[in-house]
Amino acid sequence: MSADTSALDSAVSDVATQVSDPVQERRIRATRRRHRIGVVLRYTLLTVLAGIVLFPVYMTVVNSLLPADVIVARPPTLWPEVREWNHYATAWTDGHLGLYLRTSIIVTAIITVGQVATSILAAYAFTFLDFPFRRTIFVVFLATLMVPFEVTIITNFQTISDLNWLNSYQGLAVPFLATGFGAFLLRQSFLTLPRSLEEAARLDGYGHWRFLARVVVPLSRPAIGALAVFSFLLAWNQYLWPLLIADDEQYRTVQVGLKQLSQSNLAEFPITFAGTILAALPLLILLLVFSKQLVRGLTAGAVKG
Amino acid sequence: MTALAEPTSPSREEIRAWMERARRRRRMRQSGLALLMLSPSLVIFAVFVFYPFFRNFQLAFYRTPPFPGLPKQWAGVDQITDVLGSAAFRNSVWVTVKFAVLTVPVGIALGLVLAVLAHQRLRGITVYRTIFSSTVATSVAVASVVFLTLLNPQIGLVNYYLGREGAQSLLQDPTWALPMVALVTIWQNLGFTFILMSAALQAIPDEMLEAAEVDGAGPTRRFLRVTIPLLSPTIFFAFVVGTISAWQAFGQIDLLTQGGPGGSHGATNTLTYFVFTDFFERQNEGTAAVLSIALFFIVLGLTLLQLRYFERRVHYER
Repeated sequence: MSADTSALDSAVSDVATQVSDPVQERRIRATRRRHRIGVVLRYTLLTVLAGIVLFPVYMTVVNSLLPADVIVARPPTLWPEVREWNHYATAWTDGHLGLYLRTSIIVTAIITVGQVATSILAAYAFTFLDFPFRRTIFVVFLATLMVPFEVTIITNFQTISDLNWLNSYQGLAVPFLATGFGAFLLRQSFLTLPRSLEEAARLDGYGHWRFLARVVVPLSRPAIGALAVFSFLLAWNQYLWPLLIADDEQYRTVQVGLKQLSQSNLAEFPITFAGTILAALPLLILLLVFSKQLVRGLTAGAVKG
Repeated sequence: MTALAEPTSPSREEIRAWMERARRRRRMRQSGLALLMLSPSLVIFAVFVFYPFFRNFQLAFYRTPPFPGLPKQWAGVDQITDVLGSAAFRNSVWVTVKFAVLTVPVGIALGLVLAVLAHQRLRGITVYRTIFSSTVATSVAVASVVFLTLLNPQIGLVNYYLGREGAQSLLQDPTWALPMVALVTIWQNLGFTFILMSAALQAIPDEMLEAAEVDGAGPTRRFLRVTIPLLSPTIFFAFVVGTISAWQAFGQIDLLTQGGPGGSHGATNTLTYFVFTDFFERQNEGTAAVLSIALFFIVLGLTLLQLRYFERRVHYER
């Protein structure tokens, strides 16, 4: 057991060996037993809940491995006796998952890098530069947080269409290259840097660009990392915008590709589910590798909603 | 150094004037750099946030012609009152309110329960924590397709185990469609809520709970009287964020029900989905603009609520 439980256990047994009084000994044994039962109950509860949370994913994996005639058979198969791993290869090639993932990765990378870059620049100006209408412009940045993207789709669709950017990477990414939230978040972080740093850098002959690149950015890595995670999730999970402006296979993101896959006929459903697992894998791997940054990004990012 | 060279030191006014000039010079010099650094964001905001936002108000006053190419007709406020008074609009607002009520409190309660259960020192607890936060790795689209394993009429488990074999999916049932979409949404958001609640729980100092224990408070009492009040800012925050995202819900509806059953008065025709269909299927930018404006004001109200809370918290931390 963990430090906490084992310490208690051994403390109880220490006392038990020292005490000879049979009544007290019995009482101590009962406490220990109750404690053990408590632990078992807690594990049972946690395991049942984990099972419920994971069950839909488990069924997706099972269904992704079933042969086409088995998936429609009743009663439903809960454990695949025959496992058709080639469905994953089929989803990757014939289901175009490889293509969709490529588009998603490109667009997400452009948006993430773009948002981080524009936010760093804007936050630097708001924190370290003195210029007219600074407060007003900052309010303008904050005002963008009040306008949900869903409210602007009509004209944005027409703008992208007029620019001839339907079915293009720039159409998918350019509207999202700046974020008021990012500028706000990084400004908050830049403001915590001591003013003496700026003076010291000035004495060393640093200009603004060098001060930004060598001092401000390295010292604000946690906030920048949180913003990057937040931007990444937002860009990767986008559904409405790519659905509107990219109907060409070549520029379809994974999320919209799943819609395509889910409309296939029943016999192809195992491939749909294999594709779904493939679509979820990149984020799942990132979650496991960057869990700390993810938590920070999500809790910071949730401010926008 | 200059002070040594000069017989009399400069007066206070002279110093002030000199500093003022220096400040103005610096301001001038920095303005150009500031403009350079701000312009990428400002250009994007102007083109893709403010212009489309204000254009909604213009579009709302014109009727969209039945065939493209015909001139738009000035309608004044008629179109606005028509849309806001329509049964379809009221239906979509009501559906979205119901959707928020179904998803938000249940989602927060579940996230909180899981966070409390996972907030104990047990061997292997990180495995459970990872599992509970894992749905954060699913997008709306992934979650929706994953639930087809349960909800699809032919291959799904739900119909089979409920003895509804051969019947339509619950997603096509007017009573059950919205609760099922809500279920998918709750599941998809569970990882996020869990992470949020866990972070808040970890911020509670152990001494507080120990003090309550010394005072004779049992686990239930400790939870209700210490944990919940200390978590209340986070719970409120999750509540507002969840409600706003309910008004923006789109993907799960597009994938699972397309707003139906029931067409434009559909049982799952939330406001954002209604905007989408009005513009992209019925090609009516005028009425879609009115709907967008309504959506904006609803979300604005919720955002202001959130900002007020946020201000208070920042103030409190200082």
